[in-house]
Amino acid sequence: MSFTMVVLVKQVPNWSNITGEAMNADGTVNRNALPAVFNPDDLLALELALDLKDREGGRVTVLTMGPPRAADILRDALCRGADRAILLSDRRFAASDTLATSYALAQTIITRLSPFDLVICGRQAIDGDTAQVGPQVAEKLKLPQVSYVERVLECRGDRLVIRRNLGRAHEIVEAETPLLLTVVGGGGSARWPNARLLLKYRRACSAFEIEKAAQARGAAVGELKDELAARGLLIDTWGVDEICADLNRTGLTGSPTKVKKIMNVVLKGKDLKRFAPDDAGVKALVDELTAERTFG
Amino acid sequence: MAPHGEVWVFAEVEEGRIADVSIELLGKGRELADTLGVRLGAMLLGKGVRPLAGALHAHGADVVYLADHDALAMYRTLPYARWIIDLAAAKKPEIVLYGATPTGRDLAPRVASALKVGLTADCTDLQIGEYESGGRLFSRKLLQVRPAFGGNVIATIVSPEVVPQMATVREGVMHVPPAADGRAGELCEIDFAPAPEDELVRVLEHHAQERRVNLRGAPIIVAGGYGMGSAESFKLLHDLAATLNAAVGASRAAVDAGFIHHDHQVGQTGTTVRPKLYIACGISGAVQHRAGMEESQKIIAINRDPEAPIFQIAHYGIVGDALEVIPRLIKALKGAM
Repeated sequence: MSFTMVVLVKQVPNWSNITGEAMNADGTVNRNALPAVFNPDDLLALELALDLKDREGGRVTVLTMGPPRAADILRDALCRGADRAILLSDRRFAASDTLATSYALAQTIITRLSPFDLVICGRQAIDGDTAQVGPQVAEKLKLPQVSYVERVLECRGDRLVIRRNLGRAHEIVEAETPLLLTVVGGGGSARWPNARLLLKYRRACSAFEIEKAAQARGAAVGELKDELAARGLLIDTWGVDEICADLNRTGLTGSPTKVKKIMNVVLKGKDLKRFAPDDAGVKALVDELTAERTFG
Repeated sequence: MAPHGEVWVFAEVEEGRIADVSIELLGKGRELADTLGVRLGAMLLGKGVRPLAGALHAHGADVVYLADHDALAMYRTLPYARWIIDLAAAKKPEIVLYGATPTGRDLAPRVASALKVGLTADCTDLQIGEYESGGRLFSRKLLQVRPAFGGNVIATIVSPEVVPQMATVREGVMHVPPAADGRAGELCEIDFAPAPEDELVRVLEHHAQERRVNLRGAPIIVAGGYGMGSAESFKLLHDLAATLNAAVGASRAAVDAGFIHHDHQVGQTGTTVRPKLYIACGISGAVQHRAGMEESQKIIAINRDPEAPIFQIAHYGIVGDALEVIPRLIKALKGAM
């Protein structure tokens, strides 16, 4: 059978090669100093969806919640083979914790993207490492969840046979759609953007970008939007109103967790005893540790 | 004012015994419950797990909430979550803690979403304290401490207005309390009712893998980083480890480079350790690595770069090529023994 799939993706600051400039003096993070990237686990989630589409047929919609510049990863997803992209962006979603984020995403799926067979997301995003949004979306959609998915081994009608990676164990489960998966991937990497799709979709635009372009060209927003839509280059851009969200459940108001304090990690610099890298230095170190009974 | 709710710990069962992290949580939970003056409860689910209740009492639980049912033999999200959601809604605990294991991280967000409460992931410390916001003072709140932004900052999170306050807690960071064998406690059996939805996900096969190395139990760890240069040079580390009867650890960079298996990884995405002695060879000391080892009692750093951050947290430092220093270290150790 073919699958109607929604893939949840996130644009994240790249922490992997962090530099001093990324931290402000007051201990907060200077996001502008870090490149924004496609969250790695989400890229694997997209790959799993595209692979299922190749094998069984179907349609892949990518959905992200974030600031306007998150449209970058949606274009990337389209260039890799996604069929449709949606940017959920509204100031009233700002400062959402995982509960409020999962509400907004689930509400979008319920009001605008149903019915579907699979919701697929990465296990966790590298900016928070919480791994909470996937299971929380599943609960709100009243769906079973299969977390830590390496790959879909087999499709038996509306049931999937899935291999899960539990760190110290692995599991093969059979699960019935509709279903939510959180993906860790099985060691393979995501496909690259396709050259033909790249030529086409690099021009895809969100509502924010259309507005800017219209201003620059002195054209009417509506006209430009129709033109892009006709060419399949429109990134649907929705806010609180489009998904009929309850404002008590979004943003800071809808977030039960609050940040009490943020502390920069400061290396204290202990009383470091230095030893020379030669035989004498190493022996002196060993003698000292032996005297302290560190080895015994 | 309503009476205060209990502190609960989800007791994870791993290969027929209580997981280490759950025992660690009972220690921390005991401390929190005593500060608040409330009871410590443990939730125990599984098949044939009733005999494990004694261990939970011995490690500090005043009450064990038990569901012993054939359908709970394997952990599955929906039945486990439903039982906990119903129990928490009925008994209104103040705090619920889970190990930040694959199971805990699958289960806790599901429960938090259903109860519409806050959840903080991967905490490294928990305390009771106050929180002030908009002129309102919230007291007796759970202060949830966790590294954020790749470990570059330490954030303290609170959920001031809703209960239960929930957190998952990193394995290996809380001290294990000594067991008081024979310590008595209450056993409270709570019915579990299977539901048709439970069968939507069926476990066909479950294979536990032996860990290649027991880092958490090792008193001495010899760890190598990207600076070791190759998988071959890790043999030197194994030689040093054999001399010291130590375990071999590694940084993420070394694992990613294929020098050694992921089971050996120490750090934020690996194992958290606090051995008596940690010897870091060719490890620069990225924040993610430090997060997993800086509580070690003694740290020796061997690195070519005198500016490497690892020297900031080390007690003993040797600026030099690990490949040359390690053989000298082995020689000196053999001479000393």
